[in-house]
Amino acid sequence: MRKHSLCFIALLSLFVAMSACRKDVEVFPGDDITVDTASKNTFTGFYLLNEGNMGSNKSTLDYFDYATGVYKRNIYAAINPTVPKQLGDVGNDIAIYGNKLYAVINASNKVEVMDAKTARRIGQIQIPNCRYIKFYNGYAYITSYAGPIQINPNYTQKGYVAKVDTATLAVVDQCIVGFQPDCLEITGGKIYVANSGGYMGAGNTANYERTVSVIDLATFKEDKRIDVAYNLHHILADKRGDLWVTSRGDYKSLPSRLYFIDKTTQRVTDTVSIAVSNYYLDGDSLYIYSTEWSKITQSNTITYGIVDTRTHQVVSRAFITDGTNKEIEIPYGIMVNPITKDIYVTDAGNYVTPGMLYCFSKEGKKKWSVVTGDIPAHFALLPNRP
Amino acid sequence: MITFLAFICTHLYGQHHHRDSIRVDTGAVKTLRGVTISASGYKEVIPAQKLSGEALKSLNSFSVADAIRYFAGVQVKDYGGIGGLKTVDMRSMGTNHMGVFYDGIQLGNAQNGQIDLGKFSMDNIESISLYNGQKSDIFQPAKDYGSSGSIYLRSRKPVFDSTKTTNFKGVFKTGSFDLINPSVLVEQKLTEDINFSISSEYIRSSGRYPFRYKRIYHDTKELAWDTTAVRQNGDINAQRIESGLYGNLNRGMWNAKAYFYNSERGIPGAIVNNVWKNAQRQWDRNFFLQGSLQKNIIKGYDIQVNAKFANDYMRYLNPDTTLMHIDNNFHQQEWYGSIANKYSVSKKIDINLSTDFQYNTLRSNMEGFVFPRRFTSLVALAGAAELGKLKLQASILGTFVNERITMGNTSIGDSVIAASPKREVTPAVFLSYKPFPQADLNIRAFYKNIFRMPTFNDLYYTDIGNAALEPEYTHQYNLGFVYRKTLAGTALREWQLQSDFYFNQVTNKIVAVPKGSGMYRWMMMNLGTVEIKGVDVISDWAFALPENISLNIRATYTYQLAQDFTKRLNPTLQKLTYGGQIPYIPWHSGSLISSIQYQSWRLNYSFIYVGERYHNSANIPANYEQPWYTSDLSASKNFQFKRYRFRIAGELNNVLNQDYEVVLNYPMPKRNYKLILSVEL
Repeated sequence: MRKHSLCFIALLSLFVAMSACRKDVEVFPGDDITVDTASKNTFTGFYLLNEGNMGSNKSTLDYFDYATGVYKRNIYAAINPTVPKQLGDVGNDIAIYGNKLYAVINASNKVEVMDAKTARRIGQIQIPNCRYIKFYNGYAYITSYAGPIQINPNYTQKGYVAKVDTATLAVVDQCIVGFQPDCLEITGGKIYVANSGGYMGAGNTANYERTVSVIDLATFKEDKRIDVAYNLHHILADKRGDLWVTSRGDYKSLPSRLYFIDKTTQRVTDTVSIAVSNYYLDGDSLYIYSTEWSKITQSNTITYGIVDTRTHQVVSRAFITDGTNKEIEIPYGIMVNPITKDIYVTDAGNYVTPGMLYCFSKEGKKKWSVVTGDIPAHFALLPNRP
Repeated sequence: MITFLAFICTHLYGQHHHRDSIRVDTGAVKTLRGVTISASGYKEVIPAQKLSGEALKSLNSFSVADAIRYFAGVQVKDYGGIGGLKTVDMRSMGTNHMGVFYDGIQLGNAQNGQIDLGKFSMDNIESISLYNGQKSDIFQPAKDYGSSGSIYLRSRKPVFDSTKTTNFKGVFKTGSFDLINPSVLVEQKLTEDINFSISSEYIRSSGRYPFRYKRIYHDTKELAWDTTAVRQNGDINAQRIESGLYGNLNRGMWNAKAYFYNSERGIPGAIVNNVWKNAQRQWDRNFFLQGSLQKNIIKGYDIQVNAKFANDYMRYLNPDTTLMHIDNNFHQQEWYGSIANKYSVSKKIDINLSTDFQYNTLRSNMEGFVFPRRFTSLVALAGAAELGKLKLQASILGTFVNERITMGNTSIGDSVIAASPKREVTPAVFLSYKPFPQADLNIRAFYKNIFRMPTFNDLYYTDIGNAALEPEYTHQYNLGFVYRKTLAGTALREWQLQSDFYFNQVTNKIVAVPKGSGMYRWMMMNLGTVEIKGVDVISDWAFALPENISLNIRATYTYQLAQDFTKRLNPTLQKLTYGGQIPYIPWHSGSLISSIQYQSWRLNYSFIYVGERYHNSANIPANYEQPWYTSDLSASKNFQFKRYRFRIAGELNNVLNQDYEVVLNYPMPKRNYKLILSVEL
């Protein structure tokens, strides 16, 4: 009997011992990794926004400091320890305007506004299902999927562009555009919005949007639509004010493509037959990459390239030249430092675990790499300020 | 007045871990000759973990999933609340590898392979048995050989005292989360050989409960933030009605059963920054009819016939105007038939041949959806032998799956194809050895190779489905023992210790992987590999204390090293995840159930511990999940008033008011209570 009691007590104490493990959860302190040598630059550093898998609330902010070569991972919670549930769920865009840093947090229905230098929280702009942000003349323009609902048997909901006063962070106006608007660009007194129709077309290609909405900046009214292709995503203006638009295709028979809109005719006048998942414009060089699913090989086909925006020609098929591209699972974000021409590419890995950031020299050789948060995606360069 | 024969009854089969279960089982055998499931004279080679009778009744559990947490080797993924999804994972092989059987026939879900055990309330459940590998009784349908592990739920069967022809039971439960849960059971003896039962239940709960998140500073340990909110949109409104006929035949028995479940619930969703409330809704309507017949045809030859028709409807609505509007319905049907033939070659050797056929369909109003149909034939050949100290069972299962699709809601030009036919032959071997004639020690071992089919969602779901998927395989190796000791003249009357060591491999694991074009999209692929090394320990003690007080204690402990060996393209990322503990599987977990019975009073204390985990296989601090442990208390009293037998019980759950999460961003209830009043006549 004594033996058994001992056995029982031993087991109970094992439970008690195990039970002693729970502690209060601490604010995540972040961590610093020296990845590069110190260098001077007209930029102080850059922010990298990690999207985080939907529902995980793991959108995190990383920062690279050029002056020290230190990569600071997951800085938001450490800098803003009193914000409940940290930065939020699915970071979709990030940008700096004036002395403020704006992070568009899609599934948290907000744009987080921080001090550009310190990433200290200033406030937030409440915008449901917000997507991308651009600025002009003291106002931020933010696309949102969640416009007014039309009461009819076929439920439809157009998106809109919100106009936000960057001084007060108040939404001052809204302009309805197409279904599920994604990126936007502001040039020549107009806002150009790439409508995707992503919610509409998943089961039927014909339901995707295929237009760019053109909004007059002065009146903040939609002027017209430019027909481009199904399921548009990115849009940006080159030096001359002409626009480069990407379509995602329908993920089935229609491939992703790059389209050119002439600013004067306001029409698509050229198509570059190259798939584009994401791009970054530096000077006249459009750095692009694409990931396409191949049913035949049952794998992703990943390509990289540079398009010259003057000639519309693909001038390079590989801006990573040292073979590192072979180990990148899913390229997800891209940025080029306008001064050093260093190329930054992120790898989103398997979406649910941490990804990677690679820095390549302008010759395409890997300079350094670092593990990031989950789904590293969006960059914002922080300029030097006196 | 119910009497508990816990310490006087002899074992019927010897595999019961719970003294209390014996009352039920002996009762069943006394009055229902031939109606017990174990009609064969064989003892199971490897007995189940089983909860039944009073032990199950007094366990603070609302649904089957709550009770299953007390089994060794099992992890329950609980999204919180009465209406929240609860899925079970046995020995870390994944929820799709577990078969759930309701009154002997498997519950199917060809669409996503998950059985939400939160939907099965404990109201009419009399026993829950869990088998690793398979139920080692060879006289069973081929489907029973077809999972990596199985849970058998047995609903209450009518049992009558010699003079009675009608039983009535009414139960009313209420408590936290604005729970209202009445149920009624009527059992009627129709003829000498046929009994009838009908049971129905209504569940209504707002699902509202306060939850709390807080963070402290790393350095000073001072409070950084502390937020308490109320869980919203976790409401449920459900009705269940089931009815059965149970008959005896000359050297046989039969039963037929109809089951209907209807529910509407909120899907509470993840709590993320700036979103403290979600709006998604789900409706379920499950109906099935099933029947079973078992008969001895000639000496040594027994036949068992099973059949089932199931019709399941599910509607998912996302009315949240900030998100994509979704109003999808999914309609599944299943037809199933099985014939098992057992032939006793000699007193010591039995052979069984089972053939099953199953037909599944799925339709939906979702755009781009194909309508798949699956034809599954299963053939199982099994043998069992009792060779003195050695008991042996071996089986081989052939599975033949053919699929067809119709274009459904796809648009012209969508290139959709049906999955190619699958042919799989998979073996299992079970051994048990009793080395000493006196000591009640059994050493046991098994090997099983089985697979799970890709689900309809894996294969055909709009955009992410992949018709080229192959089955996902598991290999299980298990070695263990059970030692039982009965003592006379001491307070400790009986104790038992059992333990199993196992190694499992999951290969060809179906995982969602990112898919072009660089946007957030997924594709199902056979890419994963997981290896699990584990130990389960279960111990039971039965004490007879002075004053006729009985004390029963059961403790379980599980250790699992469940590693993700999925290869990565990126060597740095592979370093992060390769060999990492897979999501939500703790290294250490355990449970304790203790109950004291004094006359008509019963006090129950139960404890669950789930150790530290990570929410993904990169085991880094950012992905760390705290351990959690809950203590539950319940007290009950039985009393009789005239012909009426009453039971009144109170439950207090999460007594220490721990704020915990089982799944990231799904907060669990704090301390909560329940009151139960039942009357029988």
